[in-house]
Amino acid sequence: MRIEGNVWKYGDHVDTDAIIPARYLNVSTAAELAQHCLEDIDPAFATDVQPGDIIVVGENFGCGSSREHAPLAIKGAGVSCVIAENFARIFYRNGINVGLPILECPAAVAEAETGDRLTIDLRQGTITTLRTGRTHRTPPFPPFIVQIIKAGGLIPAIVGGLVDW
Amino acid sequence: MTRTIAEKIIAAHLLDGERDVAPGELVEVAVDVVLANDITAPIAIREFERLVENGRKRTVFDPRRVVLVADHFAPNKDIKSAEQCAQVRRFARQQGLVHHYDVGQMGIEHVLLPEQGLVAPGDLVVGADSHTCTYGALGAFATGMGSTDVAVAMATGKVWLRVPETIRILYHGTCQPWVGGKDLILYTIGQIGVSGARYQAIEFAGPAMAQLSMDGRFTMANMAIEAGAKAGLFAVDDATRAYVDGRVSRPYRVFETDAAASADAAYTQVIKIDVSRIEPQVAYPHLPENARPVSEAAAEDVRIDQAVIGSCTNGRLEDLRVAARVLRGQRVHRDVRCIVIPGTQQVYLDALREGLIETFVEAGAAVSTPTCGPCLGGHMGILAAGERAVSTTNRNFRGRMGHPDSEVYLAGPAVAAASAVAGRIAHPASLQNT
Ligand code: SF4
Repeated sequence: MRIEGNVWKYGDHVDTDAIIPARYLNVSTAAELAQHCLEDIDPAFATDVQPGDIIVVGENFGCGSSREHAPLAIKGAGVSCVIAENFARIFYRNGINVGLPILECPAAVAEAETGDRLTIDLRQGTITTLRTGRTHRTPPFPPFIVQIIKAGGLIPAIVGGLVDW
Repeated sequence: MTRTIAEKIIAAHLLDGERDVAPGELVEVAVDVVLANDITAPIAIREFERLVENGRKRTVFDPRRVVLVADHFAPNKDIKSAEQCAQVRRFARQQGLVHHYDVGQMGIEHVLLPEQGLVAPGDLVVGADSHTCTYGALGAFATGMGSTDVAVAMATGKVWLRVPETIRILYHGTCQPWVGGKDLILYTIGQIGVSGARYQAIEFAGPAMAQLSMDGRFTMANMAIEAGAKAGLFAVDDATRAYVDGRVSRPYRVFETDAAASADAAYTQVIKIDVSRIEPQVAYPHLPENARPVSEAAAEDVRIDQAVIGSCTNGRLEDLRVAARVLRGQRVHRDVRCIVIPGTQQVYLDALREGLIETFVEAGAAVSTPTCGPCLGGHMGILAAGERAVSTTNRNFRGRMGHPDSEVYLAGPAVAAASAVAGRIAHPASLQNT
């Protein structure tokens, strides 16, 4: 799976209340949630994000609540991948379960700046910054996780008979 | 070698039979209880129904073991929340769920489930709520997950897990007056940081924990997630047995850390904390790790607009007793709205019978029916721009209780009540008559 998009960069400990504030949790579709994605830390994000864009963040991304609304809001905004130094554990599971590609790669995070363009190969586990031409490696996902992401999430993967259940 | 409490509980729940497990292993386990609330259940139900539509599943794995609680935006705060609660209600009826809690019986889920005896020591519990880790106080392995994981668990009664490493924290010494579980956990998170236990389990142990009440233990286990932990566990002792006695009606197993494991090899870290040196704590905005002694905050003259006493962290009877002890004969400061929210109907009733509610109302506090309410900026006490609250809840992220330009200072019930009277963050000992 190949991904290409522009970078939106944020810092450490971006929590689930920042990704989608609780005041919007009375709805649960990705499209509705996307309208408020990251609005308390970057009001421009939800309006200016382009399909395929990539969020690049520091450590412990998605800490806080278990709300699956967080990766759904990001996915609904059209984001193709989140790259972090590391993720909070519930967010990590939720990202995969809703079919949002998420990668841990401190070197790529250190290099990327807002506005950079990246290409990502999920199967190989490579991230290339077009500005510098440098390629960073991260352990590739095992095939069953690639299957889940390709299917669009865990439930579609189960329904499609792609993962054991 | 399976050595820590977390490893032993996971080993006992393996689908392919009990055997040794090691940290880092990915395993499939059977769950004892699956939980969701009015915010997370709608997505879980939607995902569950996709399985139904495709003929993969028709019913939950066990209608006695799927628990749904309408607590976050209930009593319904607006039409959309009412729709969500209605959807949960319909699903519960259609599936014949035994444990669906609605307004009038409900409480905040993590106060309610232990109180109702739905979680037993040695259980493996998953919940679509990050504070599911609260049940670690009972010696259960309990962890938060998202709605999709919970949908699959509701359908199958099983989940996959990564066996976590364990950090052991040993508390010794005697607590200072007005110091409770909340102060100990805020101090601990201040020491290890909000990602200090990421992907790991915490074992809370040592002689000072043996002295701690069950309510204090629930408060500590509840905030394990605020250090990034997957679970926060206590060993089962006489206090645990006394608590579950008469509540839990099914047999349960008790798992203990091996004596040999005290040699530390089983843990990634062993941290020792002398509780006698800990003052009541206050965690400054916007991270729970910004814990400082209350005397520092008091010296800074931090004026507050609101004090919230409640939540799954501090909405239990002992918390209300502490708050009432501070508020008795006092008046809430004229510039402060003080909101007290008992965690469950039972806590409410007990507080009423003990006269605590009368104390709160006489002091000028507003008392509410159980709800998460302001804890997550839902309703019942939202902050305006520039406002500041001291709160016994567990998260002080930006915008957590309302406007993104408001601030939340986390504290225990004693400090929150004292601050409500003083109009600024205050040590309870600084009030007259306390
Ligand atoms: S009281 Fe707050 S932290 Fe606890 S379950 Fe409710 S919203 Fe979550």
